[in-house]
Amino acid sequence: MKTPFFPPIFSPHLFRSVCGALALLVATPVNSDCTRWTIDQLMQAMQEIRSDQARFTERKAIAMLEEPVDSSGELFYTAPDRMEKRTLKPKPESMILDGDSLVFERGGKKRRFRLQETPELAAFITSIRGILAGDRAALEQNYGLSLEGSAADWTLQLLPLDEKIHGVVTSIRISGAGNAVHTIETLQADGDSSLMLIERQAAQ
Amino acid sequence: MIANPAWRGRTAIALWLVFLLVTGLIISGSKFTTDLSAFLPRSPTPEQQLLLDQIQDGLASRLILVGIEGSDAAARALLSRHIAQRLRADSAFTSVGNGEPVNSERDRAFLFDNRYLLSPAVDAERFSVNGLHAALSESIDLLASPAGLLVKSLLPNDPTGEMVQLLDQFDSEAGPHLVEGVWASRDGTRALLLVQTRAPGTDIDAQQAAMGIIRTAFDAARGATDEAKLVMTGPGVFSVTSRESIKTEVRRLFLIGVVLIATLLLTIYRSITALALGIVPVVSGALAGIAAVSLGFGEVHGITLGFGTALIGEAVDYSIYLFVQSEQGGPDLQNWIVRFWPTIRLGVLTSICGFAALLLSGFPGLAQLGLYAISGLIIAAVVTRFVLPHLLPVGFRIHDASAVGRRMSRLVTRAAALRWPAAILLLAAGAVIFAHRGGLWDDRIASLSPVSRADLELDTELRAGIGAPDVRYLVVVSGDSQESVLRSSEQVSTVLQFLVDEGELAGFETPSRYLPSTATQRARQASLPSADVLATRLAQAVDGLPVRAQLFAPFEAEIAAARTQPLLQAADLEKTSMAMAVEGLLVHRDQQWNALLPLTAPTDSGIDPSRIRAALDATGLPDGGLPDGSLPDVLFLDMQAETDRLYSGYLREAIRLSLGGMAGVVALLLLVFRSPSRALRNLAPLAAAVVLVVAGLTLFGQQLIIMHLVGLLLVVAVGSNYALFFDRAHNAGGGDAASGDSGPGQGIASRTLASLLFANLTTVTGFGVLAFSHVSILQAMGVTVAPGVILALIYSAIFVRKAHA
Repeated sequence: MKTPFFPPIFSPHLFRSVCGALALLVATPVNSDCTRWTIDQLMQAMQEIRSDQARFTERKAIAMLEEPVDSSGELFYTAPDRMEKRTLKPKPESMILDGDSLVFERGGKKRRFRLQETPELAAFITSIRGILAGDRAALEQNYGLSLEGSAADWTLQLLPLDEKIHGVVTSIRISGAGNAVHTIETLQADGDSSLMLIERQAAQ
Repeated sequence: MIANPAWRGRTAIALWLVFLLVTGLIISGSKFTTDLSAFLPRSPTPEQQLLLDQIQDGLASRLILVGIEGSDAAARALLSRHIAQRLRADSAFTSVGNGEPVNSERDRAFLFDNRYLLSPAVDAERFSVNGLHAALSESIDLLASPAGLLVKSLLPNDPTGEMVQLLDQFDSEAGPHLVEGVWASRDGTRALLLVQTRAPGTDIDAQQAAMGIIRTAFDAARGATDEAKLVMTGPGVFSVTSRESIKTEVRRLFLIGVVLIATLLLTIYRSITALALGIVPVVSGALAGIAAVSLGFGEVHGITLGFGTALIGEAVDYSIYLFVQSEQGGPDLQNWIVRFWPTIRLGVLTSICGFAALLLSGFPGLAQLGLYAISGLIIAAVVTRFVLPHLLPVGFRIHDASAVGRRMSRLVTRAAALRWPAAILLLAAGAVIFAHRGGLWDDRIASLSPVSRADLELDTELRAGIGAPDVRYLVVVSGDSQESVLRSSEQVSTVLQFLVDEGELAGFETPSRYLPSTATQRARQASLPSADVLATRLAQAVDGLPVRAQLFAPFEAEIAAARTQPLLQAADLEKTSMAMAVEGLLVHRDQQWNALLPLTAPTDSGIDPSRIRAALDATGLPDGGLPDGSLPDVLFLDMQAETDRLYSGYLREAIRLSLGGMAGVVALLLLVFRSPSRALRNLAPLAAAVVLVVAGLTLFGQQLIIMHLVGLLLVVAVGSNYALFFDRAHNAGGGDAASGDSGPGQGIASRTLASLLFANLTTVTGFGVLAFSHVSILQAMGVTVAPGVILALIYSAIFVRKAHA
């Protein structure tokens, strides 16, 4: 077996035990659990993104339909509150969330909504924006948060607090690495679900 | 006939008292108005009638835009909610919008329940196998789209997407910005509300009351501490503030004018009695004027009161002439009557000629002014001649003004030397007018408005923020029944939709969108297939789509119900926000039904009226009408242009009539003098004053409005007295010289001169004050009359023919 290039001190394993020893040594309450990837750390990492661009493919399973529906396209994000989902297939269309205005464009027709008008949809869409913006307070307004995994592979689960929203969306699971989001999985109350795979193109 | 002066005097005073009593009675029963009726033509064209209806009672006339400024966004939003809640409970308002979703639940239910009667997509083709297939695949695509979450639950009931069709239609492109859940300005610094009053915009009292209610609601919601501020604009608000600013301005200026004139006259007369008696002719004239207008028109407009009294301000001069020109004591009064009355009478006749032209105006406002001025002047002159002398107490005397007169005389002697410079100045003025002849007049109605620029800017800002229609462009469809105008509206809508697709229009409204004609509803119903047919077609339509036909059982049931559903009536809209739209857009008056279709211009470019007219002509509706023989008219109305056209017509007519009046003055003087050169000498100073004033105003960059014109008429009326007095002195066979009170070698008596100077000073004072007003219509009168009468006096002196010549 080849000797690792890095000195052992840098192995995660050792690092973790050193941390534990240090914590014991100073005998203070554990103010930051350096072994775990916390929500605050995730949020902080996310806040560094000024703008982001990605490709996505999405598969929706809708009970009413015999087959799942696939779509793909591009995602754009500009801090702090502009997000665009530009679907290219099967039909070009776009959804732009800017502040509290939501615009769907499809077949040359624009449909405008204000987030307040569509609370269920708003809760769903703003959750994604909340993560991209690293806005924990905004997320916790609507969801109970729980994070699993490490910085290199985390999964954040969002459970709606509001009864009405819970009646539409049961959970949202977002996974990623560092400040890159890789998948968004949505489970709806009626059993329908969607899985979006995201591949970052450029971030600033 | 043996005249007993004392008896005649008592009779005159008795008759005058009776006159006062009668006019008092008439006036106490008079109706006074302040609405726009004075500016509305007596026999309007159909366009004008529609315009007037819209101005008086239209949807847009009843809008009040409310802004809440200051404090922070959360406080503003809270205020907005509290105010809206209070106003919604108040019957003075028909609708209150602030961005809160008040009606949306009910609106959605209404649209959903009636989607097969309302959706323009519903026709036989849509429910064929191909049509169903296309509609279904569209709906399935939508389901997979980001908006899918919104429409998923609708799919089993509404697989053809009629609800989405309807929502698309009602969607406004630029909805107001929302901050904290309520409408706000784009920059977020103002919360906005759009309020519609029940009362028409022209009911200024009701508008004022509505503003009061809004303010009270604001104050109550704000409490004592908050530093938030309330602003309001809108047509009604403008009417209220205009009336207020004119009222306070008139009151202020009137007070200043009266104090100044009284001080002036006291200085001249040194007698309170003379001052008091001096106003007798004016007051009598004013009473006569109001009574005459009340009898002649059935109502007296506020504008008539204000400006009519200014017009008979000339009557103050009459008593000045009497007091100053007559020697002190009884015998000389007779002497004054013999010597000067004919001149004053001619002056009055001249003024009447000028004002009579106004009587013929097609606009009640001007006609009322004419009647007021004529009857007022006649009565003022008659009272001066027959009553005032008898009211003078024994031993009545005023300060001797001869000294002033003599100084004037010396000036007048030298005035002739100015003939050439004066003539050259006049020529130059004529050239100025000629050079500016194109832009002399401002024929935009906005030129009359006392609304400040700041208020207009605020209005523009609030409108932009709220996306309120400015309702400048309207298509008006007329007919003899609701059904016929709805049917025509549908035809027109097709054309307008085409223009929207072409980009000529950003959008339009139509009542037929919310309440389709019975014929259309029936046709839509008839295109829905029977249960069996639908089941068969659905089974075929789902071929190739990822759905099973069974999914659409609710749809089949609802189509079956829709086939026999009762047709929509106006009453079915009640309690939805569409009810208000239909109420405002569908107007029933007498036997006439009108549908109003407001157009929205594309943001980057305006509306090209010729394109719209051409497209509407192509429908054949205006001339051809419907096949059943009824003839609904379709009219494209540019409210702005139409209003300006109305006013410019008003202005042009007034100019024409004034020229006619001037021709009457010329004819009168020719008739009386039987000498063209003498008539010309009397007219020259008047013409000079008018030309110089117009040239002066033009040089100062003022475009003339209708009140300048009224001012010019007044200059002619007042100035004619000056010219006639000068003329009299030089054509009375040296009468003044013989009476011994003239200066050496002078034709005009120094006392006459003094009276002219005093009369002139009072006029200049009264109108000079107006010139400093910031209300354009008052300022226009002031800057015209004050310099005008000075010029008329100077030119009368300059152009007078020497007695010995």
